[in-house]
Amino acid sequence: MSIYSHRTMSENAIQTIYPNNCADGKGLIRCLCFVGVLLLVYFSECTFSTAQSAPLRVGSKRDTESVILGSLTAAWLKTRKIDAVYRGDISGGTQVLWRALLHGDIDVYPEFTGTLAREILRDEKLTTIAALRERLAPLGLTIGEPLGFEDNYGIGMRAERARELGLTRISDLRAHPTLRFGFSHDFLDRADGFPGLQKRYGLPQQSPLGFEHELAYRALAEGRVDAIEVYTTDAEIDVYGMRLLEDDLQFFPRYEPVLIYRADGLAGRAQGPTMPAAAREALRGLEGRITREEMMKMNRRARIDKVPESEVAATFLRGKLGVTAAAEQDSRWTEIAQRTKEHLLLVLISMLFAVVVSLPMGILAARLPRLGQTLLGVLGIFQTIPSLALLVFMIPLVGIGRTPAVLALFLYSLLPIVRGTTTGLLDIPAALRESAEALGLSRMTQLFRIELPLASRSILSGIKTAAVINVGTATIGALIGAGGYGQPILVGIRRDDIGTILQGAIPAAVLALLLQGVFELIERLVRRPE
Amino acid sequence: MLELRGISKSYRGQTVLHPLNLRFSAGRTAALIGPSGCGKSTLLRVLIGLVAPDAGEVRIDDQPLTPANVRQMRHRMGYVIQEGGLFPHLSALDNVTLLARHLKQPPTQVRERVAELLALVRLPEDVLPRFPQQLSGGQRQRVSLMRALMLDPEVLLLDEPMGALDPMIRADLQTDLRVIFRQLGKTVVLVTHDLGEAAYLADEILLMREGQVVQRGNFQELLNAPAESFVTRFIQAQRQLLAGE
Repeated sequence: MSIYSHRTMSENAIQTIYPNNCADGKGLIRCLCFVGVLLLVYFSECTFSTAQSAPLRVGSKRDTESVILGSLTAAWLKTRKIDAVYRGDISGGTQVLWRALLHGDIDVYPEFTGTLAREILRDEKLTTIAALRERLAPLGLTIGEPLGFEDNYGIGMRAERARELGLTRISDLRAHPTLRFGFSHDFLDRADGFPGLQKRYGLPQQSPLGFEHELAYRALAEGRVDAIEVYTTDAEIDVYGMRLLEDDLQFFPRYEPVLIYRADGLAGRAQGPTMPAAAREALRGLEGRITREEMMKMNRRARIDKVPESEVAATFLRGKLGVTAAAEQDSRWTEIAQRTKEHLLLVLISMLFAVVVSLPMGILAARLPRLGQTLLGVLGIFQTIPSLALLVFMIPLVGIGRTPAVLALFLYSLLPIVRGTTTGLLDIPAALRESAEALGLSRMTQLFRIELPLASRSILSGIKTAAVINVGTATIGALIGAGGYGQPILVGIRRDDIGTILQGAIPAAVLALLLQGVFELIERLVRRPE
Repeated sequence: MLELRGISKSYRGQTVLHPLNLRFSAGRTAALIGPSGCGKSTLLRVLIGLVAPDAGEVRIDDQPLTPANVRQMRHRMGYVIQEGGLFPHLSALDNVTLLARHLKQPPTQVRERVAELLALVRLPEDVLPRFPQQLSGGQRQRVSLMRALMLDPEVLLLDEPMGALDPMIRADLQTDLRVIFRQLGKTVVLVTHDLGEAAYLADEILLMREGQVVQRGNFQELLNAPAESFVTRFIQAQRQLLAGE
């Protein structure tokens, strides 16, 4: 920032206004120190989280049932003296968790047999555990025995509405083409979801709405949709008095939860350490232990009574398996502090790299207008990629967690800064550029002492735009385990709990405003006296 | 000594400078004058290397100006434009000393030179910490002159330096410039559209039209022995302008 700062009027004594070059040098050193500390924090966290004594990392998809199972698995392992940690921050849909497992970002997660067969391995004939294991082995993965209950897909309606229309089976839906469907995004996309169902039953209904699974129930209750997909262990089936339509053409496969992890002695493509024998033995202790009623009850406690999933899991372990697991629950303020730190790191690191890369790009674009146009065009295309899509593209390249999020935020920040730099430089009056040239200053001196300072306002406003957008976009990072304010927002959506959502949304808004304020302050300092 | 050999320039088929051979003697002040678009400013910009001629070369003390040495050669030339061309983000002092600091001149030397120049252009010390937009038009031109003279160049090039000043300030600056030019004994080339100013400040006048020098001489010569009718018309037009004011 020091190259943009100017001496002020108050320094009036001639000695003090005589410039000394080291003033700029000191500013630069301070900047470099700041950058160094930032990078140190970033990388130290990266290495600590992956390398240090390596506890088993249990992941789960982000629906309530999966979170309970993931939390329960980690807590169970700990009672068996296995160092394990539930990585609630790595949450997402099927693809995110599957790739995280292949990539070595997590060690185990609960998955459903039906999903494995249809969505992941794409082979409907894989209906037995043995067949699945055989198919997973070449990938370096294996699964345990089912955990007990079945959680099949079903189509549910409000009981009274179904009664009105006389609907009991899914095939009955054919006669009512105007019924509105609301499905989870996952279900809408998957081969074993709506597309397959529609084909099997020849359903005429068009363009179903996409919801987070938990929100679909609310849409149903409010009468905004007529039918939604449910999991047969969902607590809401009872709570909302719903009718499950019979799957008369047997479209839905059996969905039994199993724990999937990397296996020993298999030369598969999965990266990362395999499951130690002691841990495998411990995981076996959960097989066949959870009934459908128990799972429904746990879902109900978490979803309806808003008890944190970790506590629900601990209660089950205590009641059913007779072991005491400590429910991990941070206080609200530690949580906010942690999320703030994560969010700030995401924003600052991505901004730092973006500034370092964008400034030279902007300078180049100003010097070579044709190249500049191409460059801005390409960066404009990046800007149009939806953030969620960009994040998911990154997973096969750099895994999950903070790195892909930083990378995505970095890409989004380039355009505003490059554009600010280019515009700022091109807007310098020709007379000033010529004066600098006629003075016989070197290109570098002209750039650093004249052109960049004159363009600084435009550059700063580009950085400000990027930073404010960045703060908002960074909340999406929680979907792929980057943490930050998106984490409470996701948890809040899952629990249908506005308080928890606000715990992420308010600090994110405050941070955006704060950043805006800081930049306005800097702009004021940079502004020349009139 | 400053010399142009066979310099010509055209923009998009339009000839701005016809082939020109000119010498400006050391220590003398020459004024380039003529109607708008006659090529006087372009000529000045060729001299400092801001405009590359299509043909010919500029020589300073028999050394040709080349792309390789243009920055060094510019250190031997000071350049002042209308409204000064001061950098708005730098104080007057920083504007004046920028180049010297870039060349890593010792601070004491820089300080002494600034004090000398302040006296020369008759500015008080307290203008130094001010930014260009806090100075009056006349002060800006004086600071700009200090910047041009900082390295004590042999040549001083001025492009309409008083074009934007109001008459009183303009007269003050003209008086001071005349003293400065005489006192310093530099090779000065001044572009102006004002014949009175040219006559007052310059040892010789070059009247230009359409990229060519029509006549070269002092004011009396132009008045008494015009090379062609254009010279007379130009002088009359300027007089009418004065009478009209």
